[in-house]
Amino acid sequence: MTQRPDTDRTFTVEALARVEGEGAMHVVIRDGQVRLVQLRIYEPPRFFEAFLRGRAYTEPPDITARICGICPVAYQMSSCNAIEAACGITVDGMLGDLRRLLYCGEWIESHTLHIYLLHAPDFFGYDGAIELAGAHRALVQRGLDLKKIGNQLVDLLGGRAIHPVNVRIGGFYRVPTEAELQAFRPRLEHARDLALETVRWVAGFDFPDHQWHGELVALRQPGEYPITRGRLVSTMGLDIGPEEFDQHVVEEHVEHSTALHARILSRGEYLLGPLARFALNYDELTPLARDAAVAAGLSSDERNPFRSIVVRAVEVLHACDEGLAIIDRYREPDRPAIDVQPRAGVGHGWTEAPRGMLLHRYELDDEGTILTARIVPPTSQNQAGIERDLFHFVEENLDLVDDELGHRAEQVIRSYDPCISCATHFLDLTVDRS
Amino acid sequence: MVTSTTKPTIAVWKFASCDGCQLTLLDCEDELLAVTDRVQIAYFLEATRATIAGPYDLSIVEGSVTTEHDIERIRTIRESSRFLVTVGACATSGGIQALRNYSDIDEYLGIVYATPSFISTLATSTPISDHVHVDFELRGCPIDKHQLLEVLTAFIGERRPNVAGHSVCVECKLRGNVCVMVSNGTPCLGPVTHAGCGALCPSYARGCYGCFGPAEDSNPTSMSEQLERLGVARIDLVRMLRTFNTNAEPFRAESERLTAQRGPA
Repeated sequence: MTQRPDTDRTFTVEALARVEGEGAMHVVIRDGQVRLVQLRIYEPPRFFEAFLRGRAYTEPPDITARICGICPVAYQMSSCNAIEAACGITVDGMLGDLRRLLYCGEWIESHTLHIYLLHAPDFFGYDGAIELAGAHRALVQRGLDLKKIGNQLVDLLGGRAIHPVNVRIGGFYRVPTEAELQAFRPRLEHARDLALETVRWVAGFDFPDHQWHGELVALRQPGEYPITRGRLVSTMGLDIGPEEFDQHVVEEHVEHSTALHARILSRGEYLLGPLARFALNYDELTPLARDAAVAAGLSSDERNPFRSIVVRAVEVLHACDEGLAIIDRYREPDRPAIDVQPRAGVGHGWTEAPRGMLLHRYELDDEGTILTARIVPPTSQNQAGIERDLFHFVEENLDLVDDELGHRAEQVIRSYDPCISCATHFLDLTVDRS
Repeated sequence: MVTSTTKPTIAVWKFASCDGCQLTLLDCEDELLAVTDRVQIAYFLEATRATIAGPYDLSIVEGSVTTEHDIERIRTIRESSRFLVTVGACATSGGIQALRNYSDIDEYLGIVYATPSFISTLATSTPISDHVHVDFELRGCPIDKHQLLEVLTAFIGERRPNVAGHSVCVECKLRGNVCVMVSNGTPCLGPVTHAGCGALCPSYARGCYGCFGPAEDSNPTSMSEQLERLGVARIDLVRMLRTFNTNAEPFRAESERLTAQRGPA
């Protein structure tokens, strides 16, 4: 690659690797100024909101799980919350705890996938985890072992790791016995040890100096780290319930993306996910997770997206720790699900998917037939923010040749862990310098 | 760019999908590194940015065909692959995206996207085998990882995969499950659904919902008559058949027979 004049150039990174789904990046530079940075989502559109119209109110947990193979539980949980809200039901107590335990399993497997297989190779200069394993086999195997325990937890409560079958509106088809959960305890204890080793490992990586300067948004529920419920709060004073979302956030359809871009009215782009959750809920981590975060050098106001790998590891540790606490207080409920009778109305529900807040909204008729459905996934909310951050990153690194700039920008994108399959219902990098 | 190798080369391709089936390969936590000792991963963007140009010994294809570009892409992949195996309901039947096959795609675009003219898509979602020759189809939404390992091992060893084509009912019997339909009257698609999950749903006190698609020699008409006797409404029968394998021939034909009898569901 020869050095090009850096005043006018265009470049594209086609087919971003080690992200979930298909996307690209396009950069235009004119007179030495960055004019345009687009995160292109070219994965073909998938019409879930349209498919849901005319279906039964009992079907969204199974149907919307198919939006994403990496975080199906998030779709199941947000859809349950929304339908149950429409029907005037709240699922809490032991059934709520079991949902949280299932979700902890998904956080463990999804975050560990990203930490070890998608993100860590960047810090070692490898193309992927397979190449990383060639030099550091035991490290990668530790990640696989940790991911496996997360998957096994989803499997135990949900029936299988991808697209679990045991989730229904009102609760579950079958709940585990206390003995079944206790039998899982030693494995989750082992996962907690592996998670602690993971926090210490990633804390030692060499992080580029880079900051996210925008608004951070996450759920917050006093007394717990946000997973299954809460109000939506931000570092700039947002504090709303799910039914107020549309009054504060606008989704725009832009030409270069099959995902919709979200902006907070009067302020602009925002960021969901681990950095946001951590900044807004640091005080709700378990003491073990909080101590590990401090030892890892994280401040409660961490804004470097490259360090989000450390926050993910802390969240895995939290999920293991909290999972163990749920197992210890578990008492088998009298019945696996609350009876939920349909009624005409609108329900909103949100939860914290591994990549951030995921909102569902359903409108039902009196027989429970879905009239309209709306799904707002975390990656489409983050896309505009990631673009803004990429713009700054390219501006700060204009002296690099296209190949190197493209490779570094790709690493910025990966640090945000976009899930493109989710967003399209979403990455290729082009830079135009001439 | 990696230089040539004597290990067989495997490429993993994605079409319209949730990524769950290719993720299943990464979910083989105990076997993944052993697999990569035996084969050369030549193209697998979810796992590595390193790519090797074809031809490939084995291409694993996830997802359904939903754009004009997809049609060109799968033809190119076929030309550069010695064997081509499709994995999952999307690739083998068109998947849940095939629900669009019953509807007006322009209306769908208007429901999801404010400016439909920005979007390029086909009116149908179709399986890979509608467009190119496929050497083996592995079913499931998602696929089962043990079956995936069997298929990989078989193709590396140049033998036929040992994957049973019988129904979920047989798996319930093998697992010793009490029949949820006979004993509880729970509507179940197990009698017409392809094995592979290990009778998962009945093991969780739930009726099978057909995510592995039709079993060989299934009789969905007889199935729906039995379900109607159990009191399942026609509209719910059609919904049961129209999920993740809606475009698989026996399920599609039966749902169309049901809707033709009593108007659109």
